Amino acid sequence: MAKRTIVPIGPYHALQEEPEFFKLHVEGETVVHLDIELGYNHRGIEKLSESKDFEETVFLVERICGICSTSHPIACVQAAEDAGEIEVPERALFIRTVVGELERIHSHLLWLGLAGHFLGFNTIWMWAWRFREDVLNILELITGNRNHYGMMKPGGVRRDINDTDIPAIRKLLEGLQDPVKMFRDAVLEDPLIHARTKGVGVLSLEQATAYGALGPTARASGYDIDVRRDHPHAAYDKVEWDVVTTQNGDVFDKAVVRILEMFESVRIIEQCLHELPAIHGPVDSDPPFISPGEGIGHYEAPRGEVFHYIRSDGSNRPVRHKVRAPSYMNVPTNRETVVGETVADATIILAAVDPCYCCTERMAVALNSPGGERLWGAQDLIRMSCEKTWKLMDETGLQGPRPPAFDD
Amino acid sequence: MSANDTLNRVLGALGDHVLKMEHPSERRVYLEIAPETVYEASSVMFREICARLMIATGIDTPGGIEVLYHWALDGDDCVVTVRTLVSREKPVLESIAKLCPAAEWIEREIWELLGVEFEGHPDLRHLLLDDNWPTGDYPLRRSHG
Repeated sequence: MAKRTIVPIGPYHALQEEPEFFKLHVEGETVVHLDIELGYNHRGIEKLSESKDFEETVFLVERICGICSTSHPIACVQAAEDAGEIEVPERALFIRTVVGELERIHSHLLWLGLAGHFLGFNTIWMWAWRFREDVLNILELITGNRNHYGMMKPGGVRRDINDTDIPAIRKLLEGLQDPVKMFRDAVLEDPLIHARTKGVGVLSLEQATAYGALGPTARASGYDIDVRRDHPHAAYDKVEWDVVTTQNGDVFDKAVVRILEMFESVRIIEQCLHELPAIHGPVDSDPPFISPGEGIGHYEAPRGEVFHYIRSDGSNRPVRHKVRAPSYMNVPTNRETVVGETVADATIILAAVDPCYCCTERMAVALNSPGGERLWGAQDLIRMSCEKTWKLMDETGLQGPRPPAFDD
Repeated sequence: MSANDTLNRVLGALGDHVLKMEHPSERRVYLEIAPETVYEASSVMFREICARLMIATGIDTPGGIEVLYHWALDGDDCVVTVRTLVSREKPVLESIAKLCPAAEWIEREIWELLGVEFEGHPDLRHLLLDDNWPTGDYPLRRSHG
């Protein structure tokens, strides 16, 4: 029987935006078990929220995550609006949609860059993040900030989109079309990327359903769910767009879903910008208080459904505020996808659910083999993943990236 | 499917399990059940209604600890919340993790933060808190300092 070695990834690790501890149990090259430990970034936000009034709560949940920093606020204000039966002006619904979809594009580009980096395609990384800058510029134009937009409030939004800004937003948006097409062709038609990601880390439809997987992780397995369509909110039922699903559930399909979703996001934003000048009226119904009751708000964040539950006793603070981010459901699916795969593929499989915890990116880890101590750093794992790409190039004769060797 | 059809389908499947119902809007249903029927009711929601477990919420209320299971009916634009109340002195529920692994983490979380015991859970240990967290100290209870 092969010796079992534990390869710890985390708690602080360059593969993750945030601290989390994956213990890969490995026999030879094969992963046989995965143990996941959470809690390194537990900040007690649900409890903190009970000490904030309903407007402050929105700012608090905005800081759960820097990347999804408008998804949590949208779900949060929708929960308060559901509890208090508050109407939201139509113009505000369109503005929420624009900001939410811009966030989706920048988040998907960020993931695409990281995925390219892990596979050794550093050009994809550089290009994806370069064009992500344009999206952040649009967000800055609309909200005043690149992240943490401070746009949402119960009853509407805090800032209007000026009609005079729309041509500039449109121009930046048009500039994104060709780069996204380039990524689509670069990723979807590259035989080396096919070889590295097709059939790797497969999540079946049954597994996705049982684990309650969400977002692109679910849709790549043929689990056809999207809160924007299934539970219409904001302006998603007022514009035309399609939910992107694929069937294979592997790393490749998860990438395909995210890339094609960017086209849908651009489509949604363009329609919203077209409609906005004709929708007159306020952007905030300015509710005086949240009446006693309970409410649920959910929004399709880039990684899947964000869920907020708020209970109000009629005071200006929630009695209970429950938050569930999509990674809470998606990360456990790694137990199914990574077992049976090789350590070199574990990097991209764990990254394929686009795990999101917060924003600490530090060093890696020690430990352990029966034959003596061995250090497995983040660079080691990324190098192993890249080396697999290079080995494939040698074996198949395919052209691809050959970046400089890693520093030891 | 209309909101009424959805409601009738859920009520028909859950039958006598439902002790109380609130239907504040077409998109939201809140049902109360007895603690001992949690597994059976969840099984109906997951297997017969084919609902998606969004998450569960635990709340320390004056009457005891309330646990709410939020089920999404994605095809019907409806969220059905099934709630139950357990006593603070002996808070025990049957685990639904063996029914759907989606519940595994949240049951661990409610166990450590509110002290609800989930019988039959495959791996009931700390999720967010340190492994050495003092026994009997539950941060989301009102009594917590």
